[in-house]
Amino acid sequence: MSDSEADENTCLMSSESTSQLCPTGDSDTPMERDLDEQTNEEIERLERLRRRKRPEGNDDGQSSSQDNDRPNSNADDDEYDEEEELKYGFKSVMMLIVPVSLCLFVVVATVTSVTYYSQSSGQYLIYTPFHEQKGISKAEKAGHAFLNAIIVIGVVLGMTILLVILYMKKCYKIIAGWLILSSLLLLFFFSFIYIQEILQVYNIAMDYFTLSLIVWNFGVVGMVCIHWKGPLLLQQIYLILVSALMALVFIKYLPDWTTWFILGAISIYDLFAVLCPNGPLQILVRTAQERNEPIFPALIYSSTIMWGIGMANENEPGRTTEEPVNTEAFDQVSDEGDGPSRSEASHAVSALAGQDRESNRNYEDEEKGVKLGLGDFIFYSVLVGKASSYGDWNTTIACYVAILIGLCLTLLLLMIFKRALPALPISIAFGLVFNFATSELVKPFTDELASKQVFI
Amino acid sequence: MTLMTLFGCIFIAFGPATVIFLVAVARDHFHVIIMISSAFFWLLSLLISSIWWTIVSPLKTQLAFGVAFSVLFQELFRYAFFVLIKKAEDSELVSLASKSSGLFKHKTAFVSGLGYGIMSGLFAMVNILADITGPGAPGLNGESPQFLIISALLTCAFVLLNTFWGIIWFESCSEKKYGYLVVVFGSHLFVSLMTLLNNKESYLGSMLSAYLVLVVMAVLAFKVAGGSLQNLHSIFARKLPSDMRSEDVTVVSPTT
Repeated sequence: MSDSEADENTCLMSSESTSQLCPTGDSDTPMERDLDEQTNEEIERLERLRRRKRPEGNDDGQSSSQDNDRPNSNADDDEYDEEEELKYGFKSVMMLIVPVSLCLFVVVATVTSVTYYSQSSGQYLIYTPFHEQKGISKAEKAGHAFLNAIIVIGVVLGMTILLVILYMKKCYKIIAGWLILSSLLLLFFFSFIYIQEILQVYNIAMDYFTLSLIVWNFGVVGMVCIHWKGPLLLQQIYLILVSALMALVFIKYLPDWTTWFILGAISIYDLFAVLCPNGPLQILVRTAQERNEPIFPALIYSSTIMWGIGMANENEPGRTTEEPVNTEAFDQVSDEGDGPSRSEASHAVSALAGQDRESNRNYEDEEKGVKLGLGDFIFYSVLVGKASSYGDWNTTIACYVAILIGLCLTLLLLMIFKRALPALPISIAFGLVFNFATSELVKPFTDELASKQVFI
Repeated sequence: MTLMTLFGCIFIAFGPATVIFLVAVARDHFHVIIMISSAFFWLLSLLISSIWWTIVSPLKTQLAFGVAFSVLFQELFRYAFFVLIKKAEDSELVSLASKSSGLFKHKTAFVSGLGYGIMSGLFAMVNILADITGPGAPGLNGESPQFLIISALLTCAFVLLNTFWGIIWFESCSEKKYGYLVVVFGSHLFVSLMTLLNNKESYLGSMLSAYLVLVVMAVLAFKVAGGSLQNLHSIFARKLPSDMRSEDVTVVSPTT
């Protein structure tokens, strides 16, 4: 099972929607308006517009054609640039905070209302062979959890390396098949289980025919949106739902202590995989840059702002003319795009802004759109969902705020370093600290206060 | 019945805060981030208070002690947050955003107060709310039937109070009017200690003091933020003077 979602069109969609947004990009509101509206015809219109501008010349014309939407292409008003940058910095933070919050909300609401996901059934994932049976000492539990975490990380590492090798050998078809299979599993089977549990909890009767119709529609639309094309908003919703489903699976099928150990281990792994010069994800990012390809539009939630433009600019000159690029890009992305297997690429990185820093303009463009791996969504949700499964809302809220702060700090670092950064370590570290601190230290205090109705 | 109580309490406790957030803050990316950070600072202060409360175990049963120190830590962290914001402004991170609006300073103060308040309200109320949904009724565990409504009203008061304290605190720190600091700290301590009376089911004292202080703080915050009777008058006369800086205007200020 993996949450694989290749959003091939992410790249395209973003480039278009951004170009669409640019002309009016002065105030915030146009950016915020419904992404729905970016229907295909509008996109085509903008494509035509861009095509018209393109021929002005390739080096200069290219940048200016893209940028004459925005009045700041020249260095004369640095200040304005900076302001723009800042604005988009805050904006990109918000554009990640909102989907992360939605994902966490779905998971927390499910975990607290559907007991199915918070109770362990005695079945676990095969990756965690040591089960924490009752009646073993805490030291043993910790030992088991540690071993489980090592195994899981090993599996993730193995998968990532496999993926990187496949990607280096350009076996795009295999990767695509892998991802399509896993998203099939998620979108049909897990959503089926999910709906069933929801129906049970709220005691709603539904016949199998209706249910299968619903699941079929949900799944097919999801497959189309994720792997082929669809409105950006819909695609984003599907990505969020898929990561929520995946997180719920983790919450249910991982033993209690193992979950916490895995969270810690995966964030350390993330740190090394992204930042080490020969870390698998680093290699992945580098290869993608060398090939001038989007870094796995697949498993990555893209907030769609300016990023796409940078990409488009870089791709197109080297390739053919605009029209073919369009279709080609689709194929190509559908090939290579179906990125890595879930956790790998996903937590992989907020592959934020991963492009190279060839020109200043690119810098800016990168910064303005931010991408977050779906794995980040998944593990954030696992943390908060797990915290909420103990029934204390204060802990849940503390974890939520801690994760958001971690995300903000990561994005701040991103603005400073301008390279792909792991999004897990800071957030997960904060989340873990606040989870345990709140449940062990703060909870007794607040319970005492609440029961005596004392306000501080 | 439980569901009705639940929603009643939610709306009483968090209705005003939600509306303020949606109307004044939600569209402003920068200030949402400020709000989250200030909520985080409140969380830190609570953590320190709890650690202190746990360490000094002999006084665990004397809540007044824990409450007093908690208030102290909260105000200290409010100051720390102010310093942080100041640093950020100095480092030009924010200066560009601030240029766009003269109300920026007060809005930052107001938003950070709101973040503080919402967080403290959530921590005070959310577990009680979760209990309401259960198979119980008001007057959990043989306590007063007014338990829930009183908690909700006090939460509402504290959310708003924290907002006003935020405004006053930031103003007094940046203008070096240290008298206001004493006022904020004193009133916070006073209101918190008055809520100790709730345990004896004498709700009148705590409610009255909380809401009286709320009114006083609202007026003070309005004044600190540059409001005056004259301003108010001109609002109703629909003539906004150009240097008008009150919360009422903050609310409708254009987002950056």
